[in-house]
Amino acid sequence: MAAAVQVTKAPARGGGVSAVAWLRAGLIVGTLVIWELLSRSGWLYRDVVPSLFAIAKAIVALLSGGDYYFHLGVTLGEIALALVIGGGGGVVVGLMLGANRFLSRAFESYLYYLGPTPKIILFPVMIMWFGVGSGSKVALGALSCFFPVALSVAAGMRQIDRVLIRVGRSFRADTRQMITKIYLPAMRHPIINGVRLGLGIALIGTLLAETKLSNKGIGFLIINAYSTFDMPRMYANLIVLFVLAIGANALVGRLGGLNTIRR
Amino acid sequence: MNATAPARRFALAEIAPAATGLGCAVLFFCIMEALIRTGAISQFVVPPPSQVLGAFGRLFSEEHIVRRFFLTIGECLTTGVMIAVFGVAGGVLLHRYKLLQQAVETWVAALAAAPVVLAYPLFMVIFGRNAWTIIMMGFVAALPPVILKTIEGLSGTRKVLVNVGRSFNLSASQQFWKIMLPASLPAIFTGIRLGLIFALINVVGVEFLINYGGLGQLINDLAERYDLPGTYAAICFVILVSVVFFMTLEKIERWLRPFK
Repeated sequence: MAAAVQVTKAPARGGGVSAVAWLRAGLIVGTLVIWELLSRSGWLYRDVVPSLFAIAKAIVALLSGGDYYFHLGVTLGEIALALVIGGGGGVVVGLMLGANRFLSRAFESYLYYLGPTPKIILFPVMIMWFGVGSGSKVALGALSCFFPVALSVAAGMRQIDRVLIRVGRSFRADTRQMITKIYLPAMRHPIINGVRLGLGIALIGTLLAETKLSNKGIGFLIINAYSTFDMPRMYANLIVLFVLAIGANALVGRLGGLNTIRR
Repeated sequence: MNATAPARRFALAEIAPAATGLGCAVLFFCIMEALIRTGAISQFVVPPPSQVLGAFGRLFSEEHIVRRFFLTIGECLTTGVMIAVFGVAGGVLLHRYKLLQQAVETWVAALAAAPVVLAYPLFMVIFGRNAWTIIMMGFVAALPPVILKTIEGLSGTRKVLVNVGRSFNLSASQQFWKIMLPASLPAIFTGIRLGLIFALINVVGVEFLINYGGLGQLINDLAERYDLPGTYAAICFVILVSVVFFMTLEKIERWLRPFK
């Protein structure tokens, strides 16, 4: 979803860079100072805006305890499985829709309109089908990431240079060879983009499901901190999670060489 | 007769894919009905589609789904107004002050990629368990695309239009209201459309998660009562509302395109 919006490239000028860096540093320091003043002012309920020291202490406590890594492992496992199932299914369906115009016209509009619906409302159904354990979280994550991957792959397949397809056919490549030697390499960019989108959405789907009904995982830790009104711990969980999510998104793009691909 | 044959073939070729899609959907529901009725799939896990269809009437008469629908749409539209006002203003501000744009635009994009909806417990602490939590959650999630698309639209204004404004000696304010803003309207509306889609997803999602408000709460209520046909019918209703919502937004966007 987020990748649908393109960021304007900032002009890299020698003098401008340091001014931007200064401004960024100023904004960060200003925000932190305002935050600390707010927390000490007593204008808001105690702990709604905890002090920076309390949040930093909570982050250290979170990351130094072994318990966090167990929950992180559970969530990462669920997300990875969701990405494999939903993303894999998305790639297969996307290839079929992209390769066949009739199938695309028959079914793609359903995917297009069902894609942006709120998937979390299907969680009660997933609980019925897969139980209250990890299965329902994986299923929701897989369902969430299936749609963007399928649509991205289908669109990417239609954009493949026709010359490459003709070259493959002139070499009498069979279907498997066409997929592995022509289609997939030519569609690297849309597939990576689809996986990036799918990863973000699978992460949201899995973690939201964990906050709704679970006894393990990062989502459980967040809602548990809320239930016990341990606000510094909740902030710590959210901050670490946001850093991990943005880092994972950047890593997928970098590993896939998204920056080096010329369109 | 010779002229009508190709026309008929053309019409058939146009209808066939849509008919296949619809036919497959109907066939799927018929197979599900048969499997559930024969006991191959437990009806305590998946209710027969006929029962789900029958539960729709109950949603209107007993569950006040129309009132809930307007509540959810009201929350979405409030979010929509807020993202339009603050998002466009933010985008204009960042476009006006280039240094600020260079400093924070990547942060706005990072916010768009971050799973902000997971902060809903935090919003519940700040705003309480009420409609404002839902609206503000939708607002934060939907704001980045509007800001980014506004910047994109303003930056993409054709040079010739800007030069025409200059040749008429327009003031900075006139240049903005008469040239820049109308020229960037399609991009701004694309941002608002994306924002509204995010808003609807987040509003319904948070309603479901905090068990408060309109359609999202209804699904949660019905699931907790183990009313399976009702739950499935309510989910179908929300999906239908979402699809109609997206289609309407697309139509409005297409209608706005002549501005380009």
